[in-house]
Amino acid sequence: MGDHSHGDPNTSGTVATAGQAEVEKFQDPGLPPHRPRLADKDPRAEKRAERQVAILFAISMLGTLLFFVGYFAIQLDETTAISTLRLQNLLLGMGTAFAMFGIGIGIVHWAKTLMPDHEVAEERHEIRPEEDRQVAEKMIGQILDESGIKRRPLIRNTLIGAGVLAILPAIGIFRDLSQNLNPDILRQTMWAKGVRLARDPEGTPIKAADVTMGSAFHVIPEGLNDLHEGKLEAKAKAVVLLMRLDPADLNISPGREDWNYNGIVAYSKICTHVGCPVALYEQQTHHLLCPCHQSTFDLTHECKVIFGPAARPLPQLPITVDSEGYLVAQSDFHSPVGPSFWERG
Amino acid sequence: MSATSSTENYVPKTSVGRIANFVDSRTGGSAMVKELGRKIFPDHWSFMFGEVALYSFVILLLSGTFLTFFFNPSMAETHYTGSYVPLQGVEMSVAYASTLDISFDVRGGLFMRQVHHWAALLFVASVSVHMLRVFFTGAFRRPRELNWVVGGVLLILALAAGFTGYSLPDDLLSGNGLRIIDGVIKAIPLVGTYISMLLFGGEFPGTAIVGRLYVLHILLVPAMILLMIAIHLFMLIVHKHTQYPGPGRTENNVVGYPVGPVYAAKAGGFFFIVFGVVALLAANFQILPIWDYGPYDPSPISAGTQPDWYIGFVDGALRLMPGVIGNFPFEFVILGHTLSLNVLLPALVPAGILFTLLFTWPWIERWVTRDDREHHLLDRPRNAPTRTGIGVAGVIWYCVMWAAASSDLIATHFHVSLNDVTYWLRVLFFLGPIVGYIVAKRIALALQRKDREIALHGRETGRIVRLPHGEFIEVHEPLDDYHQFRLVNFESPEVLPAQPDANGRISGKEKLRGRLSRLFFEDRVAPVTPAELEAAHEHGHHPAIEETAAETAAETQVTGR
Amino acid sequence: MKALSQRRRHPLAAIALLLLGLLVTGGLYAVAGTVNEAKAQTTTYSAQDVEQGEKLFVANCATCHGINAVGAEPGAHGFQAGPSLIGVGAAAVDFQVGTGRMPMQMSGPQAQVKPKQFDEEQTRQLAAYVASLGAGPAVPSEEVLDTTKGNAAKGGELFRTNCAMCHNAAAAGGALTRGKFAPALGGVTGEHIYEAMVTGPQNMPVFNDANISPEGKRDIITFLHTIEEQGSPGGAALGSLGPVSEGLLLWTGGLAVIIGFTIWLTQRSS
Repeated sequence: MGDHSHGDPNTSGTVATAGQAEVEKFQDPGLPPHRPRLADKDPRAEKRAERQVAILFAISMLGTLLFFVGYFAIQLDETTAISTLRLQNLLLGMGTAFAMFGIGIGIVHWAKTLMPDHEVAEERHEIRPEEDRQVAEKMIGQILDESGIKRRPLIRNTLIGAGVLAILPAIGIFRDLSQNLNPDILRQTMWAKGVRLARDPEGTPIKAADVTMGSAFHVIPEGLNDLHEGKLEAKAKAVVLLMRLDPADLNISPGREDWNYNGIVAYSKICTHVGCPVALYEQQTHHLLCPCHQSTFDLTHECKVIFGPAARPLPQLPITVDSEGYLVAQSDFHSPVGPSFWERG
Repeated sequence: MSATSSTENYVPKTSVGRIANFVDSRTGGSAMVKELGRKIFPDHWSFMFGEVALYSFVILLLSGTFLTFFFNPSMAETHYTGSYVPLQGVEMSVAYASTLDISFDVRGGLFMRQVHHWAALLFVASVSVHMLRVFFTGAFRRPRELNWVVGGVLLILALAAGFTGYSLPDDLLSGNGLRIIDGVIKAIPLVGTYISMLLFGGEFPGTAIVGRLYVLHILLVPAMILLMIAIHLFMLIVHKHTQYPGPGRTENNVVGYPVGPVYAAKAGGFFFIVFGVVALLAANFQILPIWDYGPYDPSPISAGTQPDWYIGFVDGALRLMPGVIGNFPFEFVILGHTLSLNVLLPALVPAGILFTLLFTWPWIERWVTRDDREHHLLDRPRNAPTRTGIGVAGVIWYCVMWAAASSDLIATHFHVSLNDVTYWLRVLFFLGPIVGYIVAKRIALALQRKDREIALHGRETGRIVRLPHGEFIEVHEPLDDYHQFRLVNFESPEVLPAQPDANGRISGKEKLRGRLSRLFFEDRVAPVTPAELEAAHEHGHHPAIEETAAETAAETQVTGR
Repeated sequence: MKALSQRRRHPLAAIALLLLGLLVTGGLYAVAGTVNEAKAQTTTYSAQDVEQGEKLFVANCATCHGINAVGAEPGAHGFQAGPSLIGVGAAAVDFQVGTGRMPMQMSGPQAQVKPKQFDEEQTRQLAAYVASLGAGPAVPSEEVLDTTKGNAAKGGELFRTNCAMCHNAAAAGGALTRGKFAPALGGVTGEHIYEAMVTGPQNMPVFNDANISPEGKRDIITFLHTIEEQGSPGGAALGSLGPVSEGLLLWTGGLAVIIGFTIWLTQRSS
């Protein structure tokens, strides 16, 4: 089978000079003869098509009617059940759909069955006739000449300089899109020595004794909810996940020995990849999973990355308890939270 | 003067005629009617996707205008008092509250939101399918290269329009989407942090972003889309539409139906049909239930946080990239500055490669083939096997990244491990395009061979005939001239080896071009020539030896080189 | 429409998988000391319940969890080690046995829901036996499950902060690492939701009463029941899976219908 189906790979010539191949081409038989449609031959079919189009338009009218039934028969107020709202959405939608389909299918059916269906050939024209090009070239030459821009380079060059400079204000004026452009604000969070860990969203402080084995608390700094300005910005950096593990399971690196309290550890909830909240805590494997891009952090190894696109461990918040037994931060995070940025270092 | 006299000569008889004449004599409408009234458009289903895109854009403008009357793009804090019980009293932004009001307290508001969002998904999808059609049929070739570029710009603008709109309701899903964008922007060396702060008016999330995106979404981006559409359609009229090759269809004509009445009726009717489909979706299928996600708050997140489909491939690339291989992290600190390749590479490189190839493809192909002629006849994808293979490779590469964006849902729905899905997709990211290229190219070549078979021997009828000497053969029915012409009339470029330049030297660039030309056209199936057909028919009187005849014909051709 | 909008996350092939250290938590309760569970033991079990429960336990559970429920090393018969059940409380038993997760059919990343193997009375007896081994969370009372007293909006806030990251904002479930998953919560009774929160089954963290108060838990249950009962206002919810299922429908359904129309539109009439 295969052999005779292959064409000859290496005859001659290039595509651009394929002139000699022309002789080998088949004769174009031209457009196929027109085949009349049923509606062209049979007046009854024509009448039927006409009726069908009219019926389709009538269906469209019914669709519009249905829309208004849905619109006026159902009022929305506090007591509206969700199912009523869904019914209204359905009626409005189906009404619109029928109204549109009726018109659309009707018109197309009309065009297909009743309008002439003879295919017509139209000649293509040269996109750019040569004489036009010559005229245009001459015209542009004249324009340039009359303007004198070629003869007077001083004018030309100063104009270019002025034009380039004139664009700068249009860029510079956007400087105040942000009043603050100091990257160092990304290094600080609300956490500081003695700030209590509080429940998200209520803002009530947490006692160390509340955090039992296997628990996961979603934590904000106490006082966050009282902020009037910048609450979400502060929250976006400060959210913390608090968990308690068997202290024997923690592999603590030198210098961090006192960052946990009896196996209670606090880590930034903001992924070091691109900043989603890493909130999925598996209490038996001690893995933290980010639902956006599946970065997985191992809590027993100080949130080292074990899977996914993140490259850095989650920053740990050093914690201890105050005199009343509430969990408090020892300090702010020791490294910036969240995704990397150029100035992070 | 003469113009005045000619209008004076014509006196309209009806009142409609008088109005028409009034407008015409002041605008020159007659010239436009003369130019466009009977302009020919070819008819093929695959030519309709551009129209689908245009119509979904019109639907977007209509439904979007309705939504702007009720939406309030403010990030000021408020407490919800509307009629959706599970959110009453909850603290949220005004933007989110007004979107809830549109959904629950404005009659038809929910429907319009759903129409708008479904139309947006359809808009980007139809732009993409339209571009695929143009690519696979070679409609981007001269003189349409610039219009292809305009189309590419439209695709990017469509993505921009979609993304800016997605972020407006300030719900949990879009807020986390913005946060991902913020993380990606911050990874840009040197300027990333500043861009992020300028965009958000300080730190993420700030109180400015929704208002800013709103202006981009309802003013700047749609205005640019409109401008690009105008250019796109203007060039379409200048070029006239392409057509598939076939009897009576040449490079010098365009065969189809005149705008008035048939094409206008079909295209006009089709607008209503597209609107009907969108309305059908909006009536029956819920889209972006923002009340499920809740207001944006930087602490919570929902499982299955994904962008709309058209951003999915970037999100998937982000998921596929390993941050650490062994003990080697893809993040470096150089001279006190952090370079996050684990974010930058997946966010920029695949999209960069796809769009660079997309924009430059007409010139790449022109350079490889050295074909600078105008092409108004399209290629059937099988008749350009290498281009088809490369296109399929691109599509598969895109789809692997796209699938990666739903790796968690693949895991839960097919009961496999999330990690394994990622590992497999990482492999496919590299292997998929290669396999796709080879398979698609082979399929295209096989289809060409099948076409040759049919052209030479006619169609298999399924009728088995027993010859007097006992042999069974299947009767082949010869094609009529029109079908025959469809199968034999295509261009089949051949390898153009590297050519020496004027100094008789072959430059490195030219060598590369020669190699690419071989890659493109080494495997080729030539169209049937009249001589081959003649040979096949000579023996064809006796169907029994038809097979051998073709064999001989091919031999003849091979030895003829 | 209702049927379409149902969350369809019940695994069809009810492969029951072996529970990995489900009740490590419970065991650790005993070690770490319990908090806020003083009011736990409100339900009273008779000595007879305990006795019957022990019989059931020895017959059905001791293979993995060991005689006296002290846990077991991986057995010679290929059985996986079951954790100690001392201190896990009646709530853990009621949840695990009541949802069919226990006894497990086979080992795997996570125990799966399947038709339950013990009736209510037997479950109660098993719970009584396990509760008698050490103090732990009890089966919740009617009072804390009464959703007419709950606040759906408050519950929604708690749900989004504490639960949505695994279970999805519309409670449609989600993936965890290495084949584990957080199940969809549609159709789960308030009692079981409550018990899951206080006992932390499998990899779910524990939400003790100091973390989410009993009223807060009731609010969460109220929220879940509210969104489940009200249905989706915009039509079929497409599994509440977000943009992925929406995109999928558009590309398969929406575009297919459009292509159908384009073919009809460009075809010559007969």
